[in-house]
Amino acid sequence: MTVWAALEAGAANPLMWILAIPLGSAGFLAVLPHWRLAAWLNVAAAGTTFLASLVLFRHRPEPTHLLFIDDFNIYLVALTAFVGFTTSIFSAAYIGRETQADRLSDVHLRFYHAMYQAFLFTMLLALVANNTGVMWVAVEAATLTTVLMVSLYRTREAIEAAWKYFILCSVGIGLALFGTTLVYLAAQPVMGDGADAMAWTLLIGKAHAFHPDLLNLAFVFLLVGYGTKVGLAPLHAWLPDAHAEGPTPISAVLSGLLLNVALYALLRFKMLLAANGKTLEPGPLMIMMGLSSLFLSAFMLYRRGDIKRLFAYSSIEHMGVITFAFGLGGPVANFAGLMHMTMHSLTKSGIFFAVGIITQNAGTKRLADIRGLTASHPVLGWGFVIAVLAIAGLPPMGVFMSEFLVVTSAFARQPLLALPLAVGLLLAFGALAIRLQGMAFGAPPPARRVHSQARVGLMSTVLAYVPLWLHVALVVVAGLWLPGPLVAWFEAVAKLLG
Amino acid sequence: MAQQFSYDLAHLIGATVLMAGMGLLYQRRLFAVLNTFAFQAVALAAAAAWQAHVQHAPHLYATAAIALIFKAIAVPLALHWLVERLGIHRTVETALSIGWTMIVGVALVALSIMLVLPVTAKAAALTRESLSIAMSVVLLGMLMMITRRNAVTQVVGFMALENGLILAAVSAKGMPLVVEISIAFSVLVAMTVFGIFFFRIRERFDTLDLNYLETYRGDRQ
Repeated sequence: MTVWAALEAGAANPLMWILAIPLGSAGFLAVLPHWRLAAWLNVAAAGTTFLASLVLFRHRPEPTHLLFIDDFNIYLVALTAFVGFTTSIFSAAYIGRETQADRLSDVHLRFYHAMYQAFLFTMLLALVANNTGVMWVAVEAATLTTVLMVSLYRTREAIEAAWKYFILCSVGIGLALFGTTLVYLAAQPVMGDGADAMAWTLLIGKAHAFHPDLLNLAFVFLLVGYGTKVGLAPLHAWLPDAHAEGPTPISAVLSGLLLNVALYALLRFKMLLAANGKTLEPGPLMIMMGLSSLFLSAFMLYRRGDIKRLFAYSSIEHMGVITFAFGLGGPVANFAGLMHMTMHSLTKSGIFFAVGIITQNAGTKRLADIRGLTASHPVLGWGFVIAVLAIAGLPPMGVFMSEFLVVTSAFARQPLLALPLAVGLLLAFGALAIRLQGMAFGAPPPARRVHSQARVGLMSTVLAYVPLWLHVALVVVAGLWLPGPLVAWFEAVAKLLG
Repeated sequence: MAQQFSYDLAHLIGATVLMAGMGLLYQRRLFAVLNTFAFQAVALAAAAAWQAHVQHAPHLYATAAIALIFKAIAVPLALHWLVERLGIHRTVETALSIGWTMIVGVALVALSIMLVLPVTAKAAALTRESLSIAMSVVLLGMLMMITRRNAVTQVVGFMALENGLILAAVSAKGMPLVVEISIAFSVLVAMTVFGIFFFRIRERFDTLDLNYLETYRGDRQ
């Protein structure tokens, strides 16, 4: 009877659905032999998860000792579920084209779809976990699932990338656990033994009584640990390889979701430090790492010869900007950081949707071989141009808005810091503009014998373009007009972040 | 009196884990590294079991069992088999000479003691020393990963780092989820071992030397 009651209570909680759908589908997809059906089920599952995440806005469940939803994570849950959904649509098209090129076997595909859902599950669990330990386990599991997906092609490069990713992120994850243990130790004398001393909802109220030195030490470990997963320089080494060698839908979710979730974990701990008030300022550390990521990637962007690596470095750049914004703190900078997280996530995954099709059409990832996209594939080419201009920070797109806010708030508060920030952004803009010029315009390369082009159906082409244009449209609209409730909400969360 | 004894014993076991961590740094042969690691895992299992007894926390016995069965027996055996099967070079290749590694190792231990003891001045004595020992073990594991070149020693370095983390977690009084965390870590470790085998890094890269991995800095074209 009690089991039944518990189940009934669980069914009423939309959070349970958000977690159960991806987990259940992961298990089901792992045994489903037919890949075409699996791709559609993947879309259906991701779509249902997205719908379930929308229910949260109408009906916000009470926090339990394991799961909770508050102003901060609710929008990230919705964003994660949304990008997970659109990427699954793109993935269906991408996989269809890959199988025509005979690059993936049935077993690999079964595995791929199961891992995709498992990855969504870990991301969502990390976001809604009301327990520092559960959050850590979720991020660790996310590492595992993505490593498996990065190595999917089994080429030498893919295995090298996966191994590097695995080793670096495992160490990062390990250090994050040490930080988590230290936070527990700081909380334990105040909150008593057990799960209470790990619950976000309870920690934040009593954070003022924690031992500040322990929190300081913990934050350093957490910054290095979760910072590795965010891809902050100098801990970013895994990121370009993992983005470049895995299947492109995975590059899209890595950039669009994983980096955000790792940063979310870090920000939660930063909130604890802010609530304590007697610790060191986490700001300067974050600003320093943010700026170094920005500069490193801005210079690296000029030297790239591989299209996926180019945008992987651009992800490092933007995570740097976001970390800078949160490091600066205050209502405006936090607002800008939150908005930039959203905009970067949408734009970058959109870019990877385009890149996936571009590399499949061209049969190569070499930038030098990709030319004249707007002439050869106008729908794809122009979508790509707009998305790249958006990520480079050109008005009127959403990314410009948030970058503008970061720069202005930096000028208002710390003019000396705003200068390097602006220089870094301009450098990155220059690199992307040069690359875009070559890829989008100019004469298309002489028609090479493209393996799959003739056989790709209209259906899968449309399927591939829809998510791209959807993301582009959202980013453009967000630049011109943000809905009032969304602004109010960003403001509320910005206050929450301190 | 009893409290003093339990404290001393916890301290002693923790120090054994740390000594094994130092021991890992000066091994020159791969099999000796594996044996030293197995010894460290046994010591960790003892530490977890002792904490389970002292804290009256029976779930920590599960952590101890995982450390003993999985890390002290299964993983070293698997790696041993792997080294033979894949014909991996059996001497440890160092990026930094053993003498210097030891000096850096001692410095790291000193650093973590100096860092942790003042910070935890108000915490329970049991937690204090254990935490500084655990942090030393973590840092030594990292040092090993940095200064030893081939993949097996790097995996061992990672597992040593993880031993430090589990030591910290079992010493934190009443910390929930320790068992879940050690299971999660075991999966991670199993994956690395499996990865070496499954990807046949030996065959693919001709060597397990990770330096060869580093030549792949991306744009090779």
